[in-house]
Amino acid sequence: METILKVTDLTKKFGHLTAVKNLSFTIEKGNVYGILGPNGSGKSTTLGIVLNVVNATSGSFSWFDGNTSTHDALKKVGAIIERPNFYPYMNAVQNLRLVCKIKEVPESRIEEKLTLVGLWERRESKFKTFSLGMKQRMAIASALLNNPEILILDEPTNGLDPQGIHQIRELIKKIAGEGTTILLASHLLDEVEKVCSHVVILRKGENLYDGTVDGMLASHGFFELKADDMNALKKVLEGSGEFSHIDQEGDIFIAYLNTPLEAQDLNHRCFEKQITLTHLVKRKESLEQQFLTLTNNQEQIHS
Amino acid sequence: MKRLLQIEYIKLWNSRSSRFLIVAYFVLLTSIALIAAIKFDIGPIEFHLADQGIFNFPYIWHFNTFVAAIFKLFLAIVIVSMMSNEYTNKTIKQNLIDGLSKKEFIASKFLTVLVFAGISTVFVFVVSLILGMMYSDYNEISIVFSDLEFLLAFFVKLVGFFSFCLFLGILVKRSAFALGFLIIWAILEQVIFGLLGWKLVSWDTAKILKSLLPLESMANLIKEPFSRLNAVQSVADQIGERIELNYHVHWYEIALVLGWTVLFIYLSYALLRKRDL
Repeated sequence: METILKVTDLTKKFGHLTAVKNLSFTIEKGNVYGILGPNGSGKSTTLGIVLNVVNATSGSFSWFDGNTSTHDALKKVGAIIERPNFYPYMNAVQNLRLVCKIKEVPESRIEEKLTLVGLWERRESKFKTFSLGMKQRMAIASALLNNPEILILDEPTNGLDPQGIHQIRELIKKIAGEGTTILLASHLLDEVEKVCSHVVILRKGENLYDGTVDGMLASHGFFELKADDMNALKKVLEGSGEFSHIDQEGDIFIAYLNTPLEAQDLNHRCFEKQITLTHLVKRKESLEQQFLTLTNNQEQIHS
Repeated sequence: MKRLLQIEYIKLWNSRSSRFLIVAYFVLLTSIALIAAIKFDIGPIEFHLADQGIFNFPYIWHFNTFVAAIFKLFLAIVIVSMMSNEYTNKTIKQNLIDGLSKKEFIASKFLTVLVFAGISTVFVFVVSLILGMMYSDYNEISIVFSDLEFLLAFFVKLVGFFSFCLFLGILVKRSAFALGFLIIWAILEQVIFGLLGWKLVSWDTAKILKSLLPLESMANLIKEPFSRLNAVQSVADQIGERIELNYHVHWYEIALVLGWTVLFIYLSYALLRKRDL
């Protein structure tokens, strides 16, 4: 596997505040990565450091196996940090022409990228007249100008209306589908869950989890169950030994699995014991629950 | 280098206010020629400024570079804002993320300064040459092209001043405040001079120390040309005053301003490197 970015023991302090603490992770070509963490967990700072706009206090990072200088490496990267930053008095094409000069790529790509994000009709409009959603899409077009090896997006849907969020997510999926490596920082769990294959979870600048999204969801899920005879149902569930614990929420049992078990098998078994289920749903824990579990565990260790 | 200049060209020329100021500046430079039109015709007294010898070679080089240097304030606004707007629009961050190195960023700004100073110098040279050809009493080649060191001084003076503006733009990050700071600094140099002479050292030493300060050293490159005029000299003669002026451009004055330029550019780079954006 080709390594795109390797971060080793990165630390950044702002005075007394430690924004990033001994952070290490590696980004391989071809995957879609998420950096997940609540606001203020050090996501943007981390991206700022690898993008050469924030100076690290200690630690190191290297792009493309360290064969190029950071600013040359950045010419092969497309990145948007926080808000889209362009010259407000210039129109879309003028702004992108400037980016082409900086990245040393031909200007012929401007039309292709503006069309991709649906802004070609507005190419003559000044940047300051754009809505936030359009600015964000323009930033993506700009980041794609050099056909980057990796696209870095920091909170790309922040502050957008539902339609704008949808447009951006569709765009990200389209780009990911073409095989571009993506690093997406977000505090929105479902965003990461929907888009990413790998995830790095940060809390207060520390790495809590680093691996595949599927690996994080390695639990076997849980059942929501309801029957006419709840007591008999409970006996069957407890007797089977396949459930780690059973909660009751209203008149529904939530039974957490500790081994794989399919819904039809459970239904079949209950039926054999003359229990008729009136409600049977198998669910996987959402990333949100996983995320809260992870961050809570860490909290307990600290306190 | 061409790429860096093209980048800066796109940024400047697409901004209406910068474009207006740049054009206005060069129009003003040309307007030096209008001095030739100054004519008084009050009864028996007929006064035509162009006939007073101000357009004589080689004096014209001194006079025109001195007057032209006053207009540099127009470009100072452009230069301070081209630097500080990068901060207010946060485009400096995006430039660096897009793959411009910090060194290239400073270089692109400094190259622009060099180009502005270079074009201004060429402009003043051409305008002066034409004016001189029209009004000068001496037209021998050797006289026409003597004292050209004033043009060099003019160039160095502009480069030094604009580098100071660049540095202030980076330091203060807001164009209005940076320009305010420039004015305060100009006053501060006089205050330093006053304090030195009043409390610490003799007035003569204070004068020398003052001439080392950045703005003062730039002002000293081209001394005021008026007391060199025949008319002024003759008036001074009549009242028994002899004006002895050392108006030449000295190599150490040029070296001093170049020193400040290097320092300002280096400090700009150091600030940019050290700061988190």
